[in-house]
Amino acid sequence: MDLAPILNGFAVVLEPTNLLYCFLGVVIGMLIGVLPGLGPAATIAVLLPLTFGLEPVTAIIMLAGIFYGAQYGGTITSVLLRLPGEASSVVTVFDGYALAAKGKAGTALGIAAIGSFVGGTVSIVALSLVAPLVAGFALDFGPPEYTALALLGILLVSTVSSGDRVKAVIAAAVGLLLAVVGRDSFTGAERFTFGNLDLADGLDFVPIAMGLFGLGEILYNLEERHRAAQAPSKVANVWPSREDLRQSSGAIGRGSVIGFVLGLLPGGGAVLSSLAAYAIEKRRSKTPERFGKGAVEGVAAPETANNAAATSSFIPLLSLGIPANATMAVIFGALLIQGVTPGPQLVSQEPELFWGVVNSMYIGNILLLILSIPLVGVFVRILRVRATILAPITVLITLVGVYTVRNSVFDIFLVIVFGALGYLMKKLGFDPGPLVLAFVLGALLENNLRRSLLLFDGDPAGFLTRPISGTLFFVFLLVALLPLIQSLVNRRRAARRDAHRDTKELV
Amino acid sequence: MTVLAAFVPTPEGEAAFAAGLEEAARRGEDLLLLNSPRGGAPVSADAAPPELVEQLSKRAQAAGVRLDVRQDAHSGDLADEVVRVAEQSDASVIVIGLRRRSPVGKLLMGSTAQRILLDADRPVLAVKPHKGAS
Repeated sequence: MDLAPILNGFAVVLEPTNLLYCFLGVVIGMLIGVLPGLGPAATIAVLLPLTFGLEPVTAIIMLAGIFYGAQYGGTITSVLLRLPGEASSVVTVFDGYALAAKGKAGTALGIAAIGSFVGGTVSIVALSLVAPLVAGFALDFGPPEYTALALLGILLVSTVSSGDRVKAVIAAAVGLLLAVVGRDSFTGAERFTFGNLDLADGLDFVPIAMGLFGLGEILYNLEERHRAAQAPSKVANVWPSREDLRQSSGAIGRGSVIGFVLGLLPGGGAVLSSLAAYAIEKRRSKTPERFGKGAVEGVAAPETANNAAATSSFIPLLSLGIPANATMAVIFGALLIQGVTPGPQLVSQEPELFWGVVNSMYIGNILLLILSIPLVGVFVRILRVRATILAPITVLITLVGVYTVRNSVFDIFLVIVFGALGYLMKKLGFDPGPLVLAFVLGALLENNLRRSLLLFDGDPAGFLTRPISGTLFFVFLLVALLPLIQSLVNRRRAARRDAHRDTKELV
Repeated sequence: MTVLAAFVPTPEGEAAFAAGLEEAARRGEDLLLLNSPRGGAPVSADAAPPELVEQLSKRAQAAGVRLDVRQDAHSGDLADEVVRVAEQSDASVIVIGLRRRSPVGKLLMGSTAQRILLDADRPVLAVKPHKGAS
């Protein structure tokens, strides 16, 4: 493996501007991780216009920092206030708050910070090794392979993601529909533009992300106003004892692996991996009854896993150009704004960007480890800011920001429309994630599908004649039919049980 | 009938609690402690932590007074909330703690105590914290 570009990447990160933005990114990330409601996807979406004037490397370093910084921040409120700041910290609440109630809040936070650091670092090392390999492999990918990959990605996102499967599929379908709005890039025919000139170039990604994630979430959060406020709590004795460290070292190790693997999957990411890591730790434990009553492993495992997953979900984006979750979709959008198309060529054509971003994560993780514990008091103080003050400021930044991207008033209206849509979707239990991902992958899917059909002279059977695309389509069918098979098996098993019961009653 | 004391975890709130406890014992009534932080934020410095509430209940128990603590968040003005709760629970007296506020500060920020005094349709007992209690 060629080490020169990796070392060059460190040189890129250590430039003062990049260091500053890395620092900014992780601090913003921790902040919004602490604030419940505003997630990393929303924040990155709202801050997209800010990256406009920056170098591509600097911009992505900052946005990546926000993403993994948020995983650190979410822990703080989970432990101290039983209030998960981030979806990926929901399981930390069980044991984290129990530990805090015992007066061991510092231990829980310390273990979480160490676990997050280890998980993140393991994941970065693996990312540095795996991503170039995957990218090298993917260099041979043609349009048919990308078609299959995009289809598989959309399907996985809508089925693997937590929540209602049917609703996720509906959201993904809406996303695909939105992706075809505008002029057909092959024939020039206008589709769904209704004669509107602003729609002729298609819908832009930025207003959609800002509306659905930014405005939609703000509107949704304004609703639950009368939650009981809690008294601020104090943290003492941050360093976990040697006993705690020994107890949680296994959980941290397993959490790193689980997080890394699940982060790679489309639709997986931080939330799923923290749930899985907690469940596995509980099942493996000799004393599962301790979980939920203040087990250190119950904090270590999910916190390690969510950081590992946050890092490893960059692999599909940076090596294949396929975002694995909603936040990655927004970063994908940021790369497009910068004029960089993420894909297998990224490692070889833009080594500075690739290695700069990857190596910035080492620095970011170290910064987070140093910052997270001393700043706990400051972050808890931020929770005293009322939504009635925070929300208008965020909305203003969103609307001004989207205007500055293209100086277009139409985009402001788009944000408002998609904000209303995002609010309604959240209200009715639809996750906006699949919609945004399907929108991003939709353009990729359409282009590659059309290109491959041209290649195959319009014969769709051509997809199955190529080994990689054939395999991917087979996996696609497997994933699509899995729920059906599962329900069939369950029904048969239930029927057998019924039959069994009948015979028993006869005796 | 109950005695209503408005409480925040400050010397003023402490003075209101002590006076309210005395008043409730004298009248032979229950004490209703209203500790209502402003809603909209997950954390508020005005909310009494659970340990403090426990400590206050112990003191009420020692004085032989039944204590009821309400910690629901309010929206809008605290004075309205106090007057509303007073009417709802048909309080015989409202106990509030006063703090020192300069004329300019009062002009800018208004005064919750003054609004309670003007708006309440029942007796209001206003107390000050002991000097040096802060």
